[in-house]
Amino acid sequence: MTAYILRRLLLMVPVAFLVTVGVFMLIHLSPGDPALVILGEDRTPQAIAAIHQQLGLDQPLYVQYGIWLGHIVHGDWGRSITTHEPVAAAITERLPATLELGIVALVWSLLVAIPLGTIAAVRRGSLTDQVVTGITVAGVSIPNFFIGIVLIFVLSVTLRLFPFGGYVPLLQNPLESLRHVALPAIALGTAGAAINMRFTRSSMIEVLNLDYIRTAWAKGASWRRVVFVHALKNALIPVVTIVGIQIGGIIEGAVVTETVFTWPGVGRLAVESIFNRDYTVVQGIVLLAAFSYMLANLLVDVAYAWLDPRISYA
Amino acid sequence: MSNATVIVAAQQPFRRTPVELLDLVRSHRRVTVAALLLGLLVLVALLSPVISPHDPLAVNPDNSYLPPLSPGHLLGTDELGRDLLSRILWGARVSLPVALVAVAVGLIGGGTIGMISGYAGGAVDLLLMRLMDALLAFPGLILAIALVAALGPGLRNAMIAIGIVAVPLYARLVRAVVLQLKPMEFIVATRSIGASPLRLVVRHLIPNLVNPIIVQVSLSAGFAILAEATLSFLGLGAQLPTPDWGQMINTGAAFLTNDPWLAIVPGAAISVTVYSFNLLGDALRDALDPRLRT
Repeated sequence: MTAYILRRLLLMVPVAFLVTVGVFMLIHLSPGDPALVILGEDRTPQAIAAIHQQLGLDQPLYVQYGIWLGHIVHGDWGRSITTHEPVAAAITERLPATLELGIVALVWSLLVAIPLGTIAAVRRGSLTDQVVTGITVAGVSIPNFFIGIVLIFVLSVTLRLFPFGGYVPLLQNPLESLRHVALPAIALGTAGAAINMRFTRSSMIEVLNLDYIRTAWAKGASWRRVVFVHALKNALIPVVTIVGIQIGGIIEGAVVTETVFTWPGVGRLAVESIFNRDYTVVQGIVLLAAFSYMLANLLVDVAYAWLDPRISYA
Repeated sequence: MSNATVIVAAQQPFRRTPVELLDLVRSHRRVTVAALLLGLLVLVALLSPVISPHDPLAVNPDNSYLPPLSPGHLLGTDELGRDLLSRILWGARVSLPVALVAVAVGLIGGGTIGMISGYAGGAVDLLLMRLMDALLAFPGLILAIALVAALGPGLRNAMIAIGIVAVPLYARLVRAVVLQLKPMEFIVATRSIGASPLRLVVRHLIPNLVNPIIVQVSLSAGFAILAEATLSFLGLGAQLPTPDWGQMINTGAAFLTNDPWLAIVPGAAISVTVYSFNLLGDALRDALDPRLRT
């Protein structure tokens, strides 16, 4: 197992290098000069040259990349062009809100997906199964920002059951925090719920056809015991994989959901920074999103090998 | 006929002609339903200049915020008095071409990379696949947003960005199939009778890629429409006054309390379109590979 993890980590090195090159190049693909954004109206040639020198833009590209990477590795992700706040601090400040939203969305998706996926698998071919299968395709087809808008209209504006917008930190007031996070989490978690439902269903069908389940039936075990004790545990292994990848993709989903619900997280910061042409912040967020995605993929592979001893990665 | 030529003729397990594809659509109910739905959407997009009751850009402040089922305006009007039905119909002319272009960028770019990678092998394969891994390391939507942020907002850049997101998916898919086909006897035999690499690729490899690719095309067209709507909703895709569904939701969200249909109708349009593509992809996957049917 250790050798496998080391091999996976080594394979990540060239990919991580290419990812940093890609993120670094983002600012150089952009039209216009960052110095002009920073200076606004005060654009004398001397001031532009000073900013170029300050940001290292007068250096050759590979030198700029080397300096930038050195700073990134040392935790210096640069400063926001518009607010002058350190990028790492700006992201860290907003990360708890995004993580809370992402985790509640994930819990919601699993609470819906595992029971429905299991029922669909047990009653394969029935009307229930067809409805669940229909929901899985619909769940990934409806844009999460549209789900958010419908939820706001029905549950917040019309029925006034949930507040619209506003973030209460979990540790400050857990109950109020959950009331505020409920709608954005449902909007964010619905696509994940559909995917997890599909995985639970197909994995459960596969497991229910295995010999050891037939033996359990033959021994006279109740269906509850067969499904929940014997089958579900093994059926959830592939679901763990997909859930791990969803954790890595929290920032991706949060970009839109946070914008709809004016949620003060990293996703909304990304959108605001794009409109302010604050490329250093955008770079930081894209880098964070890519690395958390890569890390999640690595952890999923390791978890998969650990959870299922039949899998050998020799 | 030499032995090698017989093998070439006999072993082409996955090749499908357009006629066979049509049979496939006819013989599977889910494929038929999805294909009909998509056919209808394409027809709407093509005929929107003819079937739209009004000019989608015509502003008429006297008629603003008319509710659905108003005389002359079946789905009502928006804040500028523009007919919502006409804007929805014209919106199909924005969304479907985006899907087409984005899929073409992904398919041509990724397909070429996958073909070269799988066919050449060795260092070329290693280098190209690490590049694809790096692209796959970015969550799809984040990559699309980052690219549009860098290239500048607009429909053209959105299409390119969404296409680039699809490149590694096609590259990996095509490479995997090519690697699977390469050692097969009909490919070895084709090589042994002196076929040029170009002939091998065009006549033998590409036709065998049709099955997996049509499934991926359908699914990535759904993603492309969803991603374009998301980018436009965020203000990074189609710009005003283009009648774009994502952008219409963005504008309509501001009037949710009194005029919810302004956001709900375009939302439903996006959902139905993406659903049709996903349903087709799903149904085709089941029809083409019964082992996956669970």
